[in-house]
Amino acid sequence: MKTANWPRTVAGVLIVAVLLFPLYWMVNASLQPSGALLRPDPAFFPVGGTLDGYRKAVSTQGPNLLSSVVVALGTVLVSLLVAAPASYALAQLKVRGGPALVFVLLIVQMIPGIVMANALYTVFSNLGLIDNYLGLVLADSTATIPFAILLLRAFMISVPKELTEASRVDGAGYWRTFGSIILPVSRNALVTAGLFSFLFAWADFLFAVTLTTGQSFEPITVGIYRFVGNQSADWNGIMATAVLAAVPAAVLLVVAQRYVVAGLTSGAVKD
Amino acid sequence: MTVAAAPRVSATPRANRKSRRDNRFAAWAFLLPALAYVVVFFGYPLAANLVMSTQNYTVKSFYTGEAPFVGIENYSAVLSNPLFSTAALNTALFTVGSIVFQFGIGLALAVFFNGRFLGSALLRSLLLLPWLLPLVVSGAVWRWMFDQDHGVLNAGLRFLGFDAVPWLSSTSWALSAVIITNIWIGIPFNLVILHGGLRAIPASLYEAAALDGAGAWQRFRHVTWPLLRPVTGIVLMLGLVYTIKVFDVIMVVTGGGPAGSTQTLTTWSYRLSFQDFAFGQGAAVGNVLIVVATVFGLLYLRSAKATLAEAA
Repeated sequence: MKTANWPRTVAGVLIVAVLLFPLYWMVNASLQPSGALLRPDPAFFPVGGTLDGYRKAVSTQGPNLLSSVVVALGTVLVSLLVAAPASYALAQLKVRGGPALVFVLLIVQMIPGIVMANALYTVFSNLGLIDNYLGLVLADSTATIPFAILLLRAFMISVPKELTEASRVDGAGYWRTFGSIILPVSRNALVTAGLFSFLFAWADFLFAVTLTTGQSFEPITVGIYRFVGNQSADWNGIMATAVLAAVPAAVLLVVAQRYVVAGLTSGAVKD
Repeated sequence: MTVAAAPRVSATPRANRKSRRDNRFAAWAFLLPALAYVVVFFGYPLAANLVMSTQNYTVKSFYTGEAPFVGIENYSAVLSNPLFSTAALNTALFTVGSIVFQFGIGLALAVFFNGRFLGSALLRSLLLLPWLLPLVVSGAVWRWMFDQDHGVLNAGLRFLGFDAVPWLSSTSWALSAVIITNIWIGIPFNLVILHGGLRAIPASLYEAAALDGAGAWQRFRHVTWPLLRPVTGIVLMLGLVYTIKVFDVIMVVTGGGPAGSTQTLTTWSYRLSFQDFAFGQGAAVGNVLIVVATVFGLLYLRSAKATLAEAA
């Protein structure tokens, strides 16, 4: 029974407008000339706007955006390569010690990132992985792999055993069964895990700021941080960069909203 | 299972044993990369961190490979540092302040959006945006809004006839500023999980309560709240575990300043290791943080397990 409850809809729009105001303000500031932003009374609409901020953002932060894309895609790849086979074993094949591993994966998610950063810094500096794409991908994966395994395992448990046993009986090996049965039916779960890995690595600041020095490359989050820290802060450039850095999140929300909600709730409520 | 009934399944005991061995072998092969990852990227660093916290580990140690053992000296240095109590208190205030408001606002919004009305689902998914943004982006936006002279918040206050607030430059306001930012970031998470919990409450209970003459508040008090309790427990525990280790927001909005007034255990650990290059002390603070986070983490796992048991 769906009734148009107009007062509720209006109230809902108002709530959303208030809560999303900071995002509007970011876009608004990104389109105004630097000088206009430093007047005591802010302009609520970017009339007479300029794309200067975006020009500055692309020219100074363009390479950083590209670096972040590389790191995020690398993290998705490593996470899925490690997590998918492990989830299959944990969900479908009886392994002694499997439940213990699941418990360990739950616990390691509680370790504060700063502890990992501190520890990885010393390890990586011995291995020459500071300021290195692979190093940052591996560090980001410490956060995404446990999550991906738990999410994929929860899904793969629900794949009927008859399906995999039938494939075994027909003479397919474990790898064939994994490749031709498990992976295709788990496509949605793989997309969700990949999406979250991408978003995490894209947004990561802690590993990026501790494990890179900015000499060979700099992820966009560190770029924004240094941009903001600069005292002669040029806010329309910063806000334009912020808008560009927010684009993947917004696009993913629109394109893959149901995966996002599925991942968000599965991470919290399911085991 | 008889041999005749299942001719295609390995029939003899020997074949059975072989297939079981194959199975175990295959399972380990699939698990191997993940196991190796856990050992190399969690086991080793955590052990190294523990060792480092008992050493005088400095920049020089990276070149010479030497870091003299100092026992619990790092821990006593950290605990006797006046910044420790500041950072611990700030961590507590930041965590409790963030969670109380995130949860309260998130719950109110979940109840509101649980009502059916046009656009409810669309508006609710728009509210996810702040949660998906990189924290550095949210931090930068709020830092600009908090700006004392040109920020929109003070413009609003002046418009309403109040004095401008020195959000980021005053030691008494800066912590509120980072808490407000973090509340804003955390609302969507609370909203989505609590909304999911509300969805699971059968409508018939509300109809029965309405028939008994219960008003809106009574329905919330006697139906919604008790039935939502398991989900509430999970949201609060996860909130604690996440909020204790927040780093990005504080670094971007205030950098831990002014004068250490927004330094938490996390940002202080970063400062000790990566700005003061006292890696041993940074590791010691990190280990304190691990203990706190693990306690709440285990509580979370217990309440999550209880929820699953109840649901089963």
